[in-house]
Amino acid sequence: MRPDPLRACFHVLALLLALLLPDAGHAQTSLQPLLQEHRAAIATPARGTAGAMVAALLSSGHPEAAEFLRRWQDRGVVERRADGMFLYSDDAGGLREIDGGMAVTGLTSRDVSPIRPNAGVRAVVAAALVPLALSDPDPERRRAALDAIARSPEAGQIAPLMASLDVETDAGLRARKARLLTLLTAQFGPDRADRLAAIEGLAGDIAIEARAVLNQITGRVPGVAASLPEGANIARVLEVGEDLTGIEAHDRLVAANLAPPRPTPKDLRDALAAQIEGGSVGGIPLHRLDTQAMRLRAYEALEAAGRVPPRSGPAEVTDAVAAHVFFETYTEPDAEITAAAEQALSATTRQIALYQGADLILDGLSLASIFFLAAIGLAITFGVMGVINMAHGEFIMMGAYTGYVVQIFVPDYTVSLIVALPLAFAVTFGAGVAMERLVIRHLYTRPLETLLATFGISIALQQLAKNIFGTQARPLTAPDWLGGALTFNDIVGISSIRVAIFVLALIFLALLLYILKRTRLGLEVRAVTQNPGMAASMGINPDRINMLTFGLGSGIAGIAGVAIGLYAQVTSEMGANYIVQSFMTVVVGGVGNVWGTLAGASMIGFLQKGIEWFNPSNTLAAQTYMILFIILFIQFRPKGIVALKGRAAGD
Amino acid sequence: MPAGGFLASQPATLWFLGCLALFTLGVTVLAEGFGSGTLSTSMVKILGMTLCLCLIAVAMDVVWGYCGILSLGHFAFFGIGGYAIGMWLMYARTEGIVTEALLSAPIPPTETEITDAIAGQIFGVVGSSELPALWGFAHSLPLQLAMVVLVPGLLALVFGWLAFRSRVTGVYLSILTQAMTLALSLYLFQNDSGLRGNNGLSGLQNIPGLDHVPQATLSLWFFWASAAALGLGYLFFAWLVSDKFGSVIRAIRDNEARVRFLGYEVEHYKLVVFTLTAVVAGIAGALYYPQAGIVNPAEIAPIASIYLAVWVAIGGRGRLYGAVIGAAVVSLASSWFTGGGAPAIDLGFYTINWTDWWLVLLGFGFVAVTLFLPRGIGGVFDRLVRKS
Repeated sequence: MRPDPLRACFHVLALLLALLLPDAGHAQTSLQPLLQEHRAAIATPARGTAGAMVAALLSSGHPEAAEFLRRWQDRGVVERRADGMFLYSDDAGGLREIDGGMAVTGLTSRDVSPIRPNAGVRAVVAAALVPLALSDPDPERRRAALDAIARSPEAGQIAPLMASLDVETDAGLRARKARLLTLLTAQFGPDRADRLAAIEGLAGDIAIEARAVLNQITGRVPGVAASLPEGANIARVLEVGEDLTGIEAHDRLVAANLAPPRPTPKDLRDALAAQIEGGSVGGIPLHRLDTQAMRLRAYEALEAAGRVPPRSGPAEVTDAVAAHVFFETYTEPDAEITAAAEQALSATTRQIALYQGADLILDGLSLASIFFLAAIGLAITFGVMGVINMAHGEFIMMGAYTGYVVQIFVPDYTVSLIVALPLAFAVTFGAGVAMERLVIRHLYTRPLETLLATFGISIALQQLAKNIFGTQARPLTAPDWLGGALTFNDIVGISSIRVAIFVLALIFLALLLYILKRTRLGLEVRAVTQNPGMAASMGINPDRINMLTFGLGSGIAGIAGVAIGLYAQVTSEMGANYIVQSFMTVVVGGVGNVWGTLAGASMIGFLQKGIEWFNPSNTLAAQTYMILFIILFIQFRPKGIVALKGRAAGD
Repeated sequence: MPAGGFLASQPATLWFLGCLALFTLGVTVLAEGFGSGTLSTSMVKILGMTLCLCLIAVAMDVVWGYCGILSLGHFAFFGIGGYAIGMWLMYARTEGIVTEALLSAPIPPTETEITDAIAGQIFGVVGSSELPALWGFAHSLPLQLAMVVLVPGLLALVFGWLAFRSRVTGVYLSILTQAMTLALSLYLFQNDSGLRGNNGLSGLQNIPGLDHVPQATLSLWFFWASAAALGLGYLFFAWLVSDKFGSVIRAIRDNEARVRFLGYEVEHYKLVVFTLTAVVAGIAGALYYPQAGIVNPAEIAPIASIYLAVWVAIGGRGRLYGAVIGAAVVSLASSWFTGGGAPAIDLGFYTINWTDWWLVLLGFGFVAVTLFLPRGIGGVFDRLVRKS
């Protein structure tokens, strides 16, 4: 029979196909045999073997392979001890066949051994699954895959990402994919023009991931050589004496093994100590070696005798430094790319500075409103009535503890807050009225002694709170709707509690202005503070007005206490922390004027944040400098920012 | 006026000095006289410290009770005095230890090596090993003693000049001085302030070069020094306020504007009083803290200065012995109550434990004294003397 060339060709082709797609036969039928081929790697997961196994399973093209790996990394696969077959186990503890999903019964937990891949192995699987997950029908899986890419970007992710971008249906995910693609292209893109375009697109982008990419591209390593290397992407050349000191330069030379190290005083001492002979070193008696100069002379004598290794003296250091150039190179070799990235970064930096300014203003505003809240009660008792109430801080504390006690009885935080605010006002109003009636009333003619009496009340109240509530801080929990933060972008943000405190401060300002300027009570308060005798002859009862005014100031302190307790913790000493600052706020702003207190709080708040901005790690220093500034400020404006004029000013 | 004539015209001062001498003698006899000592060393230290507190209270009385400046910052000067002497105590002691350690090395140490080792010892606790420039004089006792006087004096001079010049008075001045002491304590709380942050300076009870002297003897020496300082300080201020100068500052207290219109340089008088009392406060602090053993920024927190004002108020303002009585009574009562000396009162349903309730009692005590005894305890004496 004559051989049929066509037929032979066909046979060869079929053979080739079978070789190229070794598992084509299995694919339609079952996964288990394939798994058994890699049973060692599957049954005992290890970081070293997982990679190859995962690659093999995924390249088999079996449609169930990805699902298997997902379950395997989630610890949903067990091994049957009897025959080493792998089974799926579901959450309820039931077991299923891998192929077909038939339930397997009659096995106890002793018949199967669990497989527990550790975090490292799971990361390997997750990374391998990412390209597949990008076009997974489940949007949650796609989102998780995108997050995985954002966490550890790699060059190989560009292609699958680009492929999945066109078929993406969800608009939000599509935008996220496009953005990740830009980031990846900027960092790893194979085409220079694409990279440049992507980098330009990142200019002024203040998101942390964009900045991370740009910083990666412009990453630098220090270098030192006899002359500038050819073809390297040099970021800048460092001038010795300007950009780095001679000592630093020499240290770099030493680190690069281009120069011998300088001996430290300790090296010198140790070297000499090793050469002591009969009470002297190098001919110099021991007791004279108590200066550096004498030690150097001794070392030189030893060096001349060849008994110690030569050291690099100052002249050698200078020569070695002069003989080398110091520079920084980009890790990215392409100069055009790094230049574009630097430009994009500087645009971003400008943008960030702008936003940081905005954030600083928000911070200052928030701090100012806290100071304002703490001080506004004092603005009434001290500012309007002239009573120095050192126990004002303890009223703040009483308010906060009232809020804490209410929370014990009312578990719902929103309701308890609504109850606590008026209750705190009532409690501290009562305390204030009692204090005014019992103590302060008798001391109106002796203002400095009010300070002492109220200080006594202050330490007594503090200790009482300590005896009742203990010394540890008590939490005052904010309701959930106050728990979040108002975030504008990656830089500008403010917590909701601070917004609430700001709003509360505004409400108090308006309320107080209204009471003082528009109500009968306010009129009488102003009359009594300006001239009690005349007010009394007009039919106003000064005692009653003083009592009510003091109660009002104290009550506001109580509400402020609830607000402050929400973001700081409640302790018996919390009031003491605010008292000095509150007095300064009132004095700086100008006594006798609510607007003055606002001005004082704003100045102190913004000033403190401003000083902190220069040295963010040190809030203590910021407070110190702020107080010094206040001391100086009062020298020049002893009556405060908003000074009363005319008769109302008194003396 | 000759000194003899001055003393003859001041029976109260003579009485006080006599009592102080008797008290010193009594304590010495009790501590040393009967061999083992009836008074414990820690009790002698407490009494010596109390005398220092009395001295600063006398200074406070002059500045507040006589001149009408309610300074809420005088404890800052007290603390500065303590820090100034503490720097020498700590440096010299560490130097002794370090030198001894380095002497065992084969080669004698250089100056730099000694300084570096001392700095490492002192500042290791705040993670630094460099001696700040502030410690430039710390090796010398005379220079640091000069600091005890000069630093509080200069600070008071500059601060007072600024404040009085712009006519900050009354409550405003009180708050300003309070701000000063707050700023100082906040500054010292920083680790890089050069004074060991909130650790403060410690081990001050060990006097360099006097290691062979037992603490019992040392504490008695310090007690004598405190008594002598209090006696001299009292005498000095009694002389100062008895003269025409005293009349002027009392007049400033009562009506500042009128004194100014009479042609007196009110600011100068106030500045002199403020600065002198600050210097005396510094000296009192320099004697106090070696007995306490440690000085840290918490000591000069604003509350300490308020307590000082309260002692003077309780003792009775405007009479120097009143300040001494107030400081002694309140601080000794405090250590008796908080030290567990006072027996707890069992009410059946609740036991009053004085370590918890002493501050409550003290607080309401202030209120009662202010309301019912405006002249303080000293005022009671006055009334009794006048009646008899």
